[in-house]
Amino acid sequence: MSDVPLQAARRMALPSWATAPVVAGGAIALFWVVTLFTVHWWAPYDPTALAGMRFSPPSAEFWLGTDALGRDVLSRSLYGVRQSLPIAVAVIASSVVIGALLGALAGYIGGLADELVMRAADVTLSFPPILLAMAVTAALGPGLRNAAIAMVIVWWPIYARLMRAQVLSIREREHVEAAIASGATPSRVLFRHILPLCWSPIIVNATMDFGQIVLLAASLSFIGLGAVPPTPEWGQMISEGALHFYRWWIAAGPGMAILTVVLAFNFLGDGLRDVLDPRSR
Amino acid sequence: MSVDPLLAIRGLTVSFAGRSGTLLPAVRGVDLTVGQGEVLGLVGESGSGKSATMMAVMGLLPAAAMAGGSALLRGEELIGRPERFLRKVRGKRIGMIFQDPMTALDPLLTVGDQIAEAIRVHDRSTGRHAAFERAVELLSAVSIPSPRQRARQYPHEFSGGMRQRVVIATAIANDPELLIADEPTTALDVTIQAQIMELLQRLCAERRMGLVLVTHDLGVVAGVADDVAVMYAGRVVEHGRVGDTLREPRHPYTRSLLASLPRVDRRVQMLTAIAGAPPSLGALPSGCAFHPRCPLSLEICRHQDPPAREVGHSRAACHRAEDVPALMPLHGAAL
Repeated sequence: MSDVPLQAARRMALPSWATAPVVAGGAIALFWVVTLFTVHWWAPYDPTALAGMRFSPPSAEFWLGTDALGRDVLSRSLYGVRQSLPIAVAVIASSVVIGALLGALAGYIGGLADELVMRAADVTLSFPPILLAMAVTAALGPGLRNAAIAMVIVWWPIYARLMRAQVLSIREREHVEAAIASGATPSRVLFRHILPLCWSPIIVNATMDFGQIVLLAASLSFIGLGAVPPTPEWGQMISEGALHFYRWWIAAGPGMAILTVVLAFNFLGDGLRDVLDPRSR
Repeated sequence: MSVDPLLAIRGLTVSFAGRSGTLLPAVRGVDLTVGQGEVLGLVGESGSGKSATMMAVMGLLPAAAMAGGSALLRGEELIGRPERFLRKVRGKRIGMIFQDPMTALDPLLTVGDQIAEAIRVHDRSTGRHAAFERAVELLSAVSIPSPRQRARQYPHEFSGGMRQRVVIATAIANDPELLIADEPTTALDVTIQAQIMELLQRLCAERRMGLVLVTHDLGVVAGVADDVAVMYAGRVVEHGRVGDTLREPRHPYTRSLLASLPRVDRRVQMLTAIAGAPPSLGALPSGCAFHPRCPLSLEICRHQDPPAREVGHSRAACHRAEDVPALMPLHGAAL
């Protein structure tokens, strides 16, 4: 058959979403996820052990040098993922659940519920996120756990707004009216016929925000509101590196880690959007 | 007859709250009756209030609309009843068929699940499996081939006509007494339209369901309906048996509608249109709402809104109903 070569070619070609940034982003994200679960088996040194001389520059023994206490920067940078990723996952998941639920109810019920939720969201969004997160963490007391709570407080309104807009648009679809006309209760209409159609922008945004949350968590640690020493945490390591500015390698390891994670999830989010929401291309 | 008719609408009004607090009267005192197993064709231009009338019966008017008057389903009032009551009527006693089958189905549920859900909404005691089996039966009742396989497919795998069959299957899932079909064939190809109308007619006859067919297609009404009601500017201007009413309409508007139908048997240079435009709800003419466009209007038509009265074979709301046949001859049977 004449179209066999064509079919074969089509099978070998990558799907259209597999662009270079998406593949690179996916590979980097995969690397960090694997590291998260396996780093204790293969990291060169214990992240808190005083493994060598203070301030050793990068060498064959210490690929990224050692810090002010002689700890291996590479090992600490790798171990840092154990702080950043779980926190980002927890913050994003909580923000999505809280935000999406409040936003959906606001959009579906309307009236006073809508006003309350949306004005609360407006107030929250009127502050720069880092500032508000700092204020809340400072009020709750430093620590990664409180930093995470603060970040959820800062981040839920984004999903509340997105979800509300989605619900408002989906509820006008005729199949929703058809469901009402067949006697479905309001909660059934919302949860079975509206919400399942609302998720794609939320998923795209959550992926994109993932990097932002990693960055925000690092920022809070950088100014001393997040992780407490000697925990290997990227922001906190950079802040140590800032004290010894000309020993550039101390901050370079965690800096690269943050850079790659943020970039990877932005690329992935872009790719997801192209797949889930083709119109916004 | 002492038995309550299936649906009796009396003096139904629907007003929409306009800007600056004005009330726009979309439906102004509608009287309609549908008997068991009967088909009522509800005809009118866009904005004549036909959809608003049926939405009021279902309790599906938007929040900005207010309904008054009465609509009795087997003697039970539907207007102004709480949501809890109406939810038990919707889908259970009154089934609704929407205009556009492309959008009336949930894209994320299989067709079988959707029908099964319509059943389980009203009868929690039916198990998932039993409801699905019933959905398969319903799909076969609306003549969808290989219903068992089709039930597991999603709406996007169906053509427009097949989707409308699914919508109909959903509407009749709980054996309702009354079906309301809001322009069920407008969005379909002409060849499919006939099949869908045939299906609706057959189902109503088999199941002794009443059907309100909201449409602007007089041809469909002539072919399917028992009764016809013509609406104009929120009122029923003529109401009667289909054959008699369309053969000898007593309202100038009905006549004009018939005259504006294109003819198959004759070449015409131009289609006849009704002069002028339908009035806007905010600025209804005084007296009879049709008088500015009516070729027969008199002084009285400007001042007094004519009440509906029995003239000839139908009930018409026109001061000159007696004279209409003589003054506006229909050239041969249009339908």
